[in-house]
Amino acid sequence: MSTEQQQAGFNLKAEGKRVLRGSSGGRVEQKVNPVEKAKGEYDVVVIGGGLAGLTGANVMATQGYRVCLLEQHYNYGGMATWFRRPGGHVFDISLHGFPVGMKKSMRRYWSQEIADSIVQLESIRFDNPQFSFETQFTREDYTNKVVEAFKLDRAHVERFYDHLRKMEYYNDDGKTIREMFEEFFPGRNDVHRAFMEPITYANGSTLDEPAITYGIVFSNFMSKGVFTFSGGTDQLIMKMRKILQSNGVDMFSGAQVERVLVENGRCAGVRVNGRDIKAKSVLSNANIKGTVLKLVGEDHLSPEFVQQAKDVRLSGSSCQVYIGIKQGEEIPFITDLLFCSTADHFTSEELCDLRTKSRTFSFYYPKTRPHLKNAGFTIVSSNNARWQDWQALDDVEYEREKNALIDRTIDHLEKYIPNVREKIDHLEASTPRTFNFYTQQVQGASFGTKFEGLDVSMKLSEQVPGLYHAGSVGIIMSGWLGTVNYGVITANKMAEYLHEAKAK
Amino acid sequence: MTDEQIKQAIIGIINDINPDEDTSNINPGERLRDQLDLDSMDFLDIVMELRKRYGVHVPDTDYEHLASLDSCVGYLRDKMAGKELVS
Ligand SMILES: Cc1cc2nc3c(=O)[nH]c(=O)nc-3n(C[C@H](O)[C@H](O)[C@H](O)COP(=O)(O)OP(=O)(O)OC[C@H]3O[C@@H](n4cnc5c(N)ncnc54)[C@H](O)[C@@H]3O)c2cc1C
Repeated sequence: MSTEQQQAGFNLKAEGKRVLRGSSGGRVEQKVNPVEKAKGEYDVVVIGGGLAGLTGANVMATQGYRVCLLEQHYNYGGMATWFRRPGGHVFDISLHGFPVGMKKSMRRYWSQEIADSIVQLESIRFDNPQFSFETQFTREDYTNKVVEAFKLDRAHVERFYDHLRKMEYYNDDGKTIREMFEEFFPGRNDVHRAFMEPITYANGSTLDEPAITYGIVFSNFMSKGVFTFSGGTDQLIMKMRKILQSNGVDMFSGAQVERVLVENGRCAGVRVNGRDIKAKSVLSNANIKGTVLKLVGEDHLSPEFVQQAKDVRLSGSSCQVYIGIKQGEEIPFITDLLFCSTADHFTSEELCDLRTKSRTFSFYYPKTRPHLKNAGFTIVSSNNARWQDWQALDDVEYEREKNALIDRTIDHLEKYIPNVREKIDHLEASTPRTFNFYTQQVQGASFGTKFEGLDVSMKLSEQVPGLYHAGSVGIIMSGWLGTVNYGVITANKMAEYLHEAKAK
Repeated sequence: MTDEQIKQAIIGIINDINPDEDTSNINPGERLRDQLDLDSMDFLDIVMELRKRYGVHVPDTDYEHLASLDSCVGYLRDKMAGKELVS
């Protein structure tokens, strides 16, 4: 039996008992009621402590509302998470890079201190059979590199950027990314690769998504470079928790929300670990499909809306390989982010194939956690993956594919750091099944939903007044920056709702 | 609050949102977007700060009234009446 299945199986056997999900794969029984200390009523209950839920909770608290945040895992952060392993290793799951806009959002909705810890990545490298170059991914430097590598006309590349910048949600021209690339760079698979690969790694999108999703995400990135949080994900989430506490938010982890309560057609609270907590409004940071179809349930919704929610497609999932370098050993500075592939050509399908030849290496040097005395070196390899491929495997095949993934990854890494194998003392892989288990994201979706999910998310409160959603949806609202900002946008709507409800 | 103070209230909020912006020479008749580096999140911040600082509510259908300083004054005059400027 695979580890995940053992974990899932344990949960089944433990029916009736509550287990702590995040804990050593859900083996620890929950003895105390995690929401014992919660009050009976709040202005706002937030379901889920991912970046969207945490940020929404903080914005509502700073606007003076009484807020309660409920998270099913023992840890906060959702996909923005990390784990420790023997040998002093700390592995970050989703700290690979985000746009500069994060600095402003952290300052505005969290604190100057958090914003000050956001630093630019020094170097990003591309290496595949079609091209190889290093860039800072700033607009100027990246343009120089693509103009040189592909012998393009600079003015034409600038026109492409301008076109991207002008795209807006409300006047979408209906084209796909593929069509847009063909229009600007006909037949140039190499150019398409350079522009698309990093975005696929960042949000799982394929060439068949609406071009607008690309326009918004690429424009966010293509300005001042790619940024990261110095100190690591653990420091960020710890700082956020402290701020929430000082703003008076009641936070409970290990608290699984089972239902959204609806009374007289309005949102009235939640049921969590068997207990009802009243709330004037609820912000769900759980997956949009799960929120609509499971937490609310079809009875409270129009059949058209239910169908619309069912039709929302999830974005892809991921595999990762976590590589720990022995204490005392060093690796040279290669780059911060390496987009590499041994596939001759670029296709969206190849990127998420079960045995893809394409991956992103994130290198974490001691500078990642400057506050630690013995901060070491870790490397995380990520690739896109399909839930269906990994779900279809039986236990023996699953273990075999996981090990094959690790082997392929290390072989690939050896190309950049010869003999790195000898320096490694920890190796571990995660798959779509792992992401599904820990985050409860349906099908292990790493990046929320495809474009159509945004409409369902935004219309939820028309179906159940007082109930809102924020979290990765619609591609443009995914990633750290997208979800943080979406949390703010939704919190603003909730404050208006609560104000109007009070006026009545 | 006088019309001049309403303008100051808006400029005060913009200064806090974007400390790097030079707000000393804003033309009150021209769209803020055309003079300053403001995106849609910045406008949302103005709305949220108006609510926080002055208890003033701007529903999303009215966001267009915040386009320029002059249009802000026209729209907010009644809503800000009797309120004190917060610095
Ligand atoms: C491998 C990987 C790499 C990534 N790399 C990057 C990157 O480099 N840069 C970047 O910007 N983004 C990256 N992302 C994407 C980014 O991490 C996510 O888009 C973002 O963190 C999602 O935040 P969220 O709030 O939408 O959802 P989540 O993080 O999924 O949060 C939802 C939370 O709700 C909780 N929850 C769900 N249901 C319930 C319930 N019923 N009761 C209580 N709690 C519940 C979950 O436990 C979870 O904590 C990456 C993602 C993955 C998977």
